[in-house]
Amino acid sequence: MALHFELVTPAKLVRSEDVHMVVVPGTEGDFGVLEGHAPVMSTIRDGALQVYASDGATPEEIEVRGGFAEVGANGLTVLAEHVEGE
Amino acid sequence: MASLKELKGRINSVKSTQKITKAKQMVAAAKLRRAQAAAEAGRPYAERLSAVMASLAGKVSGEGAPKLLAGTGSDQRNLIVLVNTDKGLCGGLNANLVKAAKVKAKALIAEGKSVEFYLVGKKGRAPIRRDYADSIARHFDTSDVRTPGFEEAEAIAAELIEMFDAGKFDVAHLVYPIFKSALAQDPTTVQLIPVPAPEQADTSGAAVEYEPDEEEILAELLPRYVKTQLFGALLEREASEQGASMTAMDNATRNAGDLINKLTIQYNRSRQAAITTELIEIIAGAEAL
Repeated sequence: MALHFELVTPAKLVRSEDVHMVVVPGTEGDFGVLEGHAPVMSTIRDGALQVYASDGATPEEIEVRGGFAEVGANGLTVLAEHVEGE
Repeated sequence: MASLKELKGRINSVKSTQKITKAKQMVAAAKLRRAQAAAEAGRPYAERLSAVMASLAGKVSGEGAPKLLAGTGSDQRNLIVLVNTDKGLCGGLNANLVKAAKVKAKALIAEGKSVEFYLVGKKGRAPIRRDYADSIARHFDTSDVRTPGFEEAEAIAAELIEMFDAGKFDVAHLVYPIFKSALAQDPTTVQLIPVPAPEQADTSGAAVEYEPDEEEILAELLPRYVKTQLFGALLEREASEQGASMTAMDNATRNAGDLINKLTIQYNRSRQAAITTELIEIIAGAEAL
């Protein structure tokens, strides 16, 4: 089973997929989220989310601004006000 | 009775009006589909954000609560944020919105409170100015952008929060249409600032770690929540405008059709009467010889 990752902006649901790992640029430092991560709520600074589709794969970077990340039982949800290139 | 030429002129004029209303109806129908899709696409964000808000607000009530959540401690000065459309030709939509805002204003004034208006969109200005000319705090113009988006919501929210921080009002109410269908758009009034404490979400989940702490997250989240509310209102307004416009223009097109039929019958009757009169004259003339 993989980590369920959702990226939502006010305009639309940008991503909703299963990935291996996401590195989130938290306000107090980056943190990686794998499957089964403990519940966390964090604001995020403007920067790039690194999405690893599978173990060891090259990460895909998504620039976000004005964001907020929540890790719960159903995976990682990132709420961002702006997403670059969308 | 009108002459044949006059009748013909009227039929043509009604026909060209019908063409306009028909075109407007089709444009509105096409735009409605897009506006509805946008309103639906915006829902997940709003839902997630209010879920997070609910779980946070329960934890940070009381002493440490930010001003946006706790309020100023008074509810004397009220601000009504009225979201209207920029264009007309959408039936009773704007009239209903203004009516809802005035009802709210009257109720507040009856309680001895002061009321100011913050108007979004052009169409609310004239009718509000008629009754409350001195209490319009500001307009926000959305007519220079094609489809108001998140930037506009951000700008409105920033301005409102600035006014709130400057102590210009204690409570803000948001009046906007909720799009139910092309036939029904209900004006709705909700409290915008201070953010109403959401009902307690279930706290069954495991202990959540906060980074930074709850207060800071909440302080950052509250302005964002206000923004999202305004953005939702703008999306609903867009869908409501197009829906109301479609219905109104459909009615107008049908009315024009009825009018054309009536005028055509009248035209044909007058023409027939004129022919009959001419025939009688000719026959009478021939008999006299």
